[in-house]
Amino acid sequence: MAEVHIQSLNKKFDEVHAVKDVNLGIRDKEFVVLVGPSGCGKTTTLRMVAGLESITSGRILIDDKVIYDLPPMDRDIAMVFQNYALYPHMSVYDNMAFGLKMRKFDRADIGKRVQEAAEILGIQELLKRKPRQLSGGQRQRVALGRAIVRHPQVFLFDEPLSNLDAKLRVQMRVELKKLHDRLGTTAIYVTHDQVEAMTLGDRVVVMKDGFVQQVGEPLELYNEPANRFVAGFLGSPSMNFATVKVSQENGSIWAANAGMQVKAPPQCADRLARYVGQEVTLGIRPEDLHVASPADPPELGFDVVVEVVEKLGSEILLDVAVGSDTMVASVEPHIRANIHDRMRLALNPERLHFFDNSSEMAI
Amino acid sequence: MTFTTLATPTAYAGAPRRGPVTRLLEDERWLAMLLLLPTLALLGLFIAYPFIEGVRLSVTDAKVGVPGQFVGLQNFARIWSDDIFHVAVWNTCVYTAVATVFKLVLGLWLALLLNHHFKGKAITRAFILLPFIIPTVLSTLAWKWMFDPTFSVINWMLFRLGVIQNRINWLGDPHLALISVIIVNVWRGVPFYAISLLAGLQTISPELHEAAAIDGARAWQRFWHVTWPLLLPVTLVIVLFSVIQTFADFQLVYVLTGGGPANATQLFATYAYQLGIGTGLLSQGATISLAVFPVLLVVVIVQLLYIRKVEVH
Amino acid sequence: MVEGALWRRWIFFYIPLTAFVVALLFPFYWMIITTIRPDSELYRPWNAPNYSPFWTTNPTLSHIRDLLTETLFSTWMLNTMIISIAATLISLFCGLLAGYALSRLKFPFAGSLGTAIFITYLVPQTLLFIPLADIIRNFRLGDSPWALILTYPTFLIPFVTWLMMGYFKSVPKELEECARIDGATRWKAMVYIIFPIAVPGILSAGIFAFTLSWNEFLYALVFLSSPAQKTVPVGVTSELIRGDVFYWGELMAGALLGSIPVAFVYSFFVEHYVASLTGSVKG
Repeated sequence: MAEVHIQSLNKKFDEVHAVKDVNLGIRDKEFVVLVGPSGCGKTTTLRMVAGLESITSGRILIDDKVIYDLPPMDRDIAMVFQNYALYPHMSVYDNMAFGLKMRKFDRADIGKRVQEAAEILGIQELLKRKPRQLSGGQRQRVALGRAIVRHPQVFLFDEPLSNLDAKLRVQMRVELKKLHDRLGTTAIYVTHDQVEAMTLGDRVVVMKDGFVQQVGEPLELYNEPANRFVAGFLGSPSMNFATVKVSQENGSIWAANAGMQVKAPPQCADRLARYVGQEVTLGIRPEDLHVASPADPPELGFDVVVEVVEKLGSEILLDVAVGSDTMVASVEPHIRANIHDRMRLALNPERLHFFDNSSEMAI
Repeated sequence: MTFTTLATPTAYAGAPRRGPVTRLLEDERWLAMLLLLPTLALLGLFIAYPFIEGVRLSVTDAKVGVPGQFVGLQNFARIWSDDIFHVAVWNTCVYTAVATVFKLVLGLWLALLLNHHFKGKAITRAFILLPFIIPTVLSTLAWKWMFDPTFSVINWMLFRLGVIQNRINWLGDPHLALISVIIVNVWRGVPFYAISLLAGLQTISPELHEAAAIDGARAWQRFWHVTWPLLLPVTLVIVLFSVIQTFADFQLVYVLTGGGPANATQLFATYAYQLGIGTGLLSQGATISLAVFPVLLVVVIVQLLYIRKVEVH
Repeated sequence: MVEGALWRRWIFFYIPLTAFVVALLFPFYWMIITTIRPDSELYRPWNAPNYSPFWTTNPTLSHIRDLLTETLFSTWMLNTMIISIAATLISLFCGLLAGYALSRLKFPFAGSLGTAIFITYLVPQTLLFIPLADIIRNFRLGDSPWALILTYPTFLIPFVTWLMMGYFKSVPKELEECARIDGATRWKAMVYIIFPIAVPGILSAGIFAFTLSWNEFLYALVFLSSPAQKTVPVGVTSELIRGDVFYWGELMAGALLGSIPVAFVYSFFVEHYVASLTGSVKG
């Protein structure tokens, strides 16, 4: 059993308060991803779990044991670094065996474990080579192998795929997922890439400026973002935002600005009622906008002018001007559209989001 | 979920047991102290302690075998009115200033020459460092032989070239001795300057020169406006280091002239040696040695300020 | 390639360069030539006719032979070798540990200690030799190699420390972090991971330290008195002069042979040597 509990964790570097009151409970065998822009505190949090940074206040526990004052060697963890950190003067075999040697395993055990890990990762022929003779992908596998041999309670990953080229990154993502299925070790994974977060995580933790913004399963975060930051961070192309004014007419709630006038669907209407007369932020994802057909109700659509057409093959991205704002709509590939065209877009009412303008929390 | 949490952190179940010393050394501060201990012990014992001793000696009247008594600033007063000391001050300053200027100019010239590509560049560079590599006293001995009043090969060459009729007494003529000594110091120092400045030159991207050339700058202007400013930091470091070494120079003069003739080449170091070791007047010798200290202080302060400024960038 | 018209190249490049090389290397040539010229040719006045000082038709090894058999030169060579190697090893040990501590560990006064060690590098021997002579005498180390083996590190360690600090800065700190997570103590991470990677730097520092030790003169002159204890620089300059007579053949032979170990070491490691020289300057 390997549960990780982070309680009221804080970290200050001189004046900079890098990690602010983080609370997180990670279940056994769970793959949790910490994601956020640089400087959000995700790497610092990971390093505190690893023991590479000291804690300013709070506690970290593995199962029910407090670990935060222990040096890394006394925590049963393994870490994969962004730059792999392979020992350049040792062969691949020795790299993988180093941790076991340090923990006083005997030679036979070490040999067995290294072979085992090498087979899982497909690097058996590389055992005698030195790191400088390996490609980026191979080095990454060795780094993984080094972590696996120790059978630790928790795996820690610090942006391991960032140094790989795009194609290799996709490939390794899939392999990592398979690896986790096979090994079932609890894992904490740090990345700034929201695609990795969505595809790899059992649960995702979005961080910004040292605070945890939201924790939940990927789709939960995607469909029900707790605040504007999470809404804009996940998803590519990112969610469209527009400032609108809430008004009440004839018993219905309307949200409008210079370019659009939209009726709030029943799901949102109650919550928006409090904001009548105020400005809020409306959010709609590009894939939830489509070219209006006669069947769409007029109160769920608005007129736009096409500014840029990006044909991707699987979809077409339209950059459109809505009044003084711009939005991106993702439409089907057969749609014909040209620059300066006027057209009408409709939105999916189930997928409309609103955010309070001052607190940025979801309404 | 409620846990029974252990209040004191303990290692996981299968961890190897570690002794108390190991645990202590996990703390960065204790480990650092252990690692620095040998160095600090040696430097403390053989630099800090002698320095303090030197200051103490200078305010006593100790001689070899006679521990002295406190005499206040008597030694300092004595050297203040000591003619030989005045000569030594003058000589040391002239020696340092002239030698440094020549070393810098010639070293820079050589560095600029070496900055081109030519066949045999690597081997030339290797050979050029020889004056700096070979033990100073040994190469100085060669110079002494070259300067020998009767057998000087330099005199032979100059005579053959028709430049002189009478011999030049390089080391015996009080007017020439200092010049001769400076020549040897410059000879020894040029390679150090050249190689160090060459390294500095090589960090200057050739694109800067090309851009300047395209802008119409001639060779001399390119040097003055592009090369020299970028070379200044490295130059400063080298010159500061060289100045303190030259100011405190001993070996060269000791071998060539011993400080003579008639104190014409007497420097701080040789005078201190003469008094302290030669005649056993320890306290007076120590006092003279201390004369180097103010210069050292200035050099150190300038270096530190400069480093601070560079780090801020 | 050197650009420009041929005459320009000659005037501005080849001639000055040749002049420099000749001027810098001539004394060594003179050393070599004097060593193998017989006495009869050596002691001819500078303005004697028919005198060709630059070569000889009767090379002789008598000076070298006399040097090795009639003086304590071989003893001095042995002394200097032992002292230089021992001092180098001590300095490497201290400098390596200190360099690691200053560049990879966080602790109070790290900055000040680093600066202090740097400053000691600037302190010239001439400032300290008189009180140090007294101290050596008090520790009863006078006239023994230990006087030098223990004092040479004072100017070697700061340099080695400085060099190793620069070297360590280029080693990514993830390597130690990974080693510590793998189960190594800080000490083991340093010894098993960082030091093996730093071997080229250690080599450079060691070579430089060796040549600096071999070159040292003042301390050797002051702390050693009996002829059998002397090092090559001191022995050659003091013992080969009888009264006012300089035996130039033997002196140059001594100078030549005394320079060979250093030149030898240097020739194998020129790149390393230049690297440490320029590294210390670029800081």
